[in-house]
Amino acid sequence: MSDQTPSRVPALSRGVRMREDKARGGWVLLAPERVFKLDDIGRAVLEYTDGVRSEAEIIDLLAARYSADRAQIASDVAQFFDGLSQRRVLEFH
Amino acid sequence: MAMQTDAQRAFAEAGNPVPIGMLCELTHRCPLQCPYCSNPIELERKNEELDTSVWTRVLHEAAELGVLQVHLSGGEPAARRDLEQIVAACYDAGLYSNLITAGVNISRERLAALVDAGLDHVQLSFQGATEATTALVSHMPSAHSRKLAFAHEVAQFGLPLTLNAVIHRANIEQIDDFIELAITLGARRIEIAHAQYYGWALANRAALMPSREQTMRAVDKVERAREKYHGRLVIDSVVPDYHARYPKACMQGWGRQTLNVTPAGKVLPCHAAETIPGLEFWNVAEHSLVDIWKKSPAFTAYRGTSWMPERCHGCDRREIDWGGCRCQALALTGDAAETDPVCVHSPWHDEVKQIAEEESVHLIDMEQQAFRYRRPGG
Ligand code: SF4
Ligand code: SF4
Repeated sequence: MSDQTPSRVPALSRGVRMREDKARGGWVLLAPERVFKLDDIGRAVLEYTDGVRSEAEIIDLLAARYSADRAQIASDVAQFFDGLSQRRVLEFH
Repeated sequence: MAMQTDAQRAFAEAGNPVPIGMLCELTHRCPLQCPYCSNPIELERKNEELDTSVWTRVLHEAAELGVLQVHLSGGEPAARRDLEQIVAACYDAGLYSNLITAGVNISRERLAALVDAGLDHVQLSFQGATEATTALVSHMPSAHSRKLAFAHEVAQFGLPLTLNAVIHRANIEQIDDFIELAITLGARRIEIAHAQYYGWALANRAALMPSREQTMRAVDKVERAREKYHGRLVIDSVVPDYHARYPKACMQGWGRQTLNVTPAGKVLPCHAAETIPGLEFWNVAEHSLVDIWKKSPAFTAYRGTSWMPERCHGCDRREIDWGGCRCQALALTGDAAETDPVCVHSPWHDEVKQIAEEESVHLIDMEQQAFRYRRPGG
């Protein structure tokens, strides 16, 4: 991960959306032929992912919300976004 | 009532499942005639098809039941004039809609209307990676160029695209070309699906089955392409079964994750379930989807573990592969309640391996005549 990374702006790819999964409980990310189950953190991250906020801004919001160590959050968030991007459900602008 | 207890027990054994996906075969009509088509040999006719209002109700019931994704399939779903309304009904019900199309009969205007209605994703089939192969397999000379044009339009609308290629002897040497095609067309994902042998594909097995070497080479090519295009193209590959040691968990277990509704409204646990004689399917015209899911005889028949032969019932993989594919067990052993003969523990295992090898050696020359094209009336 380079120092530039947090300036990237993540956005869910077209055709990918998050919704509540009432029948099974929890939230999911719906993508072509795939359903990703989200934990609470994943859901919170994606709630802030609006295609406008940068990764750094998202990390700030999460650090405030969970009053947790920023460096730890930064690394988790980067991993989460990279994972989704490799699966072609998230893009960086 | 005994029936009722059986249904409840099977449902509990399967873990009180909630379905995730529903495949809607909107029609069996299709301009193409692929020799491996997963539609039944007895195609349902236009005048038997469910109307818009019934589909709308079924889609809402599905959402209520817990379904998240709907695959609008066929035949060719665009053969229905009300496809836009059906897509809109998916959208209203909060369902993710995936259009599975051959892409030969959807105009730009129609695609625009589908996008407006809320379509989420397009899965486009390619029968070959070249014009000649697509024409040979689909039996439509202009199919390839139409598909290319359609794929470009999908990209112009910004819709996510998946390519689907059913692999068999006539196109198995084109794996790399299919993947290049997906990249060129801007697809995010490609499915390399080796033909599954029941229905039409079973009737054409001798002409379709590739050799073991070809299959291994294909698997290898997919692996290499996965590395090469990591992060750019998702490659999903349904690995051919006949050469495996253990069967796949067909449908993730009977009646555990998906439902399939036929054009006339019969609800099946998997799209090939009608090849199994004696199963009683319930119809959405007469029952609610939730009742069908929980109680219908066809869903109960091979759900859970009680139905299993001792070999599977006593095996520690029984909740991993759920005994494999029922349709394949029937096709190869004559008994749908047998262990999937792909399994090394099945007494039919060696025979299956042998079929896989013999049929592919004997008919190396792939002639157009060797296909029995899918047509109404067989
Ligand atoms: S497999 Fe071929 S014939 Fe069957 S529905 Fe698909 S495009 Fe049509
Ligand atoms: S015996 Fe049955 S449960 Fe065990 S691996 Fe084979 S098919 Fe699966």
